[in-house]
Amino acid sequence: MSACLDIANLSAVLPNGQRVLRSVSLAVQPGEVRALVGESGAGKTMIGKAVLGVLPLSVRIVEGDMLLEGEDLGKLEPKARRTLIGARTALIPQDPLTALNPSRRIGPQMTDRLVRILGWSGERADSRIRQLLDEVQIRDPDRVLKSYPHELSGGMRQRVLIAAAFAAEPRLIVADEPTTALDVTVQKQILRLIATLQREHGTAILFVTHDLGVVAKISQKVSVLYAGKVVEEADTAALFAAPQHPYTRALMAATPRYTDPFASLKPVDEAVLAGLASEIAETDQAWRRPHG
Amino acid sequence: MDKGHASRHGVSPRLWLAGGWLLLALLAAIFAPLVAPQDPLAQDLMLERLPPFWLDGAEPGYWLGTDSLGRDLLSRLIFGGRIAFIVAFAAAIAACLVGSTLGLIAGYFGGWADRIISRVVDVWMAFPPVLFAILLVAVLGTGLSSVILAIAIIDWTRFCRVIRAEAMGQSRMDYVENARIAGYGRIGIMLREVLPNVVPSIVALLSLEMGIAVIVEAILSFVNLSISTDDPTWGSIIAEGRLSIHQAWWVLVFPLITLILTVLSFSQFGEALKARFDPVLR
Ligand SMILES: Nc1ncnc2c1ncn2[C@@H]1O[C@H](COP(=O)(O)OP(=O)(O)OP(=O)(O)O)[C@@H](O)[C@H]1O
Ligand SMILES: [Mg+2]
Repeated sequence: MSACLDIANLSAVLPNGQRVLRSVSLAVQPGEVRALVGESGAGKTMIGKAVLGVLPLSVRIVEGDMLLEGEDLGKLEPKARRTLIGARTALIPQDPLTALNPSRRIGPQMTDRLVRILGWSGERADSRIRQLLDEVQIRDPDRVLKSYPHELSGGMRQRVLIAAAFAAEPRLIVADEPTTALDVTVQKQILRLIATLQREHGTAILFVTHDLGVVAKISQKVSVLYAGKVVEEADTAALFAAPQHPYTRALMAATPRYTDPFASLKPVDEAVLAGLASEIAETDQAWRRPHG
Repeated sequence: MDKGHASRHGVSPRLWLAGGWLLLALLAAIFAPLVAPQDPLAQDLMLERLPPFWLDGAEPGYWLGTDSLGRDLLSRLIFGGRIAFIVAFAAAIAACLVGSTLGLIAGYFGGWADRIISRVVDVWMAFPPVLFAILLVAVLGTGLSSVILAIAIIDWTRFCRVIRAEAMGQSRMDYVENARIAGYGRIGIMLREVLPNVVPSIVALLSLEMGIAVIVEAILSFVNLSISTDDPTWGSIIAEGRLSIHQAWWVLVFPLITLILTVLSFSQFGEALKARFDPVLR
């Protein structure tokens, strides 16, 4: 069976030549949750945007392939690519407030994609959305569908976005830190909700986070990203049992244990960072050579 | 939640006062021949420099007095309002259409479109506006349409700058990205997703611009570059009033009050409307 998402040697640069992704390879199998961890600025969001075809104009892909269910996104016409991505993927964003258009009601924002990409009738899209709202435990769909985004709480907005993401039955969902912007009290509920819907719908998820606790709970596979480079990839259980890369170990050491809530966040060891720097320099050289 | 209640309290006095004055002035201008007590052009040397109604020597039917040629001030102000409003609406709408469109394109698309449009705006704004207006009218010739054209040509940049900044902020929002994923093209997103979010600002600017157009028209009439010398305009009445300030202060003061009230009302009305249109503030 072909992978749901298969990224091979993806590199991307900024106009000033700075590399934001360095030969990233990463696969997500159907129905699997792959966590993507790394510190801020590592390029986690960039990978998600690359998959969804919404990279900022300033970011240019210089090499690599992305296959969505075996279809090479790079070989498709822009229009066909948009349709394919729109039909097979969805995004659960980090900030549920800016991810909804403030001047449009929730209802049409949710049905939009079903009508446009899948060509559904308005009624069919509406009943599908109501079904999903029920799955995310929204009990008063009429009010919610008529609301403007700012009239809902953060948790409600994220539920709405989760419902919208699953509504079109995508094969792959990119969840970019879907709980970071939320209240601690609702974070757990939202996480559980995503996990439940993922299992019931059998959707593969590329789950971006910097929280190793979340990784352990939700994912089967992990890729650890540092400065745009995948430094380690493993089964989640194996990674926690025996992290191979010094950066992964440092990351784990830096994460406070749940047993000791007062443990402070330790900075990553200097020696580890120095090792990473030379590793990054090596990949950059290897990359430069064939390009002259 | 009781949002409607709170906002009605926060917004309304401004909206009603400003809107009330504008409506009154607009209706008076539209129905000028019916409501003006006198013929605004009729001169009568027997009636020159009559004071307003509460002073000694006032004549009934000449509520705000007369000018040095014996023409009724109130009637002249009412008829002058016609030109003020025509210029305000036409010039502001023209400036708004051009400026908002270019601003939306520059802010949403960015890149070279933004660079070209922003450069043009910078060059444009380097000219002092009043001088620019006088120069333009001198080139285009006097007359209603050249005054409107001149104001639109000068002031589209005001819309362009603000709408560009807002569209730019909006297009960085994740919902724009979501719309891309949902299969919308760039132009579709600009019109469906971004435009509605900048409409409140467009409305506020449009109203403000109407006020500005009234001032510019008055300034142009004041320096005798506007419509024609016969038809009364607020600017030309002010110019005449300035000459007779010592004999008949009212000929200067009343048109000034009318002008200031109208300009302030336009800007207040715009701000209040903006709050009404904004889904987050509403
Ligand atoms: N719009 C942009 N244009 C150019 N560079 C960008 C843009 N957005 C992010 N970057 C840069 O790309 C790199 C990767 O950023 P990215 O947002 O993918 O990090 P991240 O791993 O998602 O971090 P975080 O945990 O903070 O979300 C960073 O160095 C960042 O400065
Ligand atoms: Mg990110």
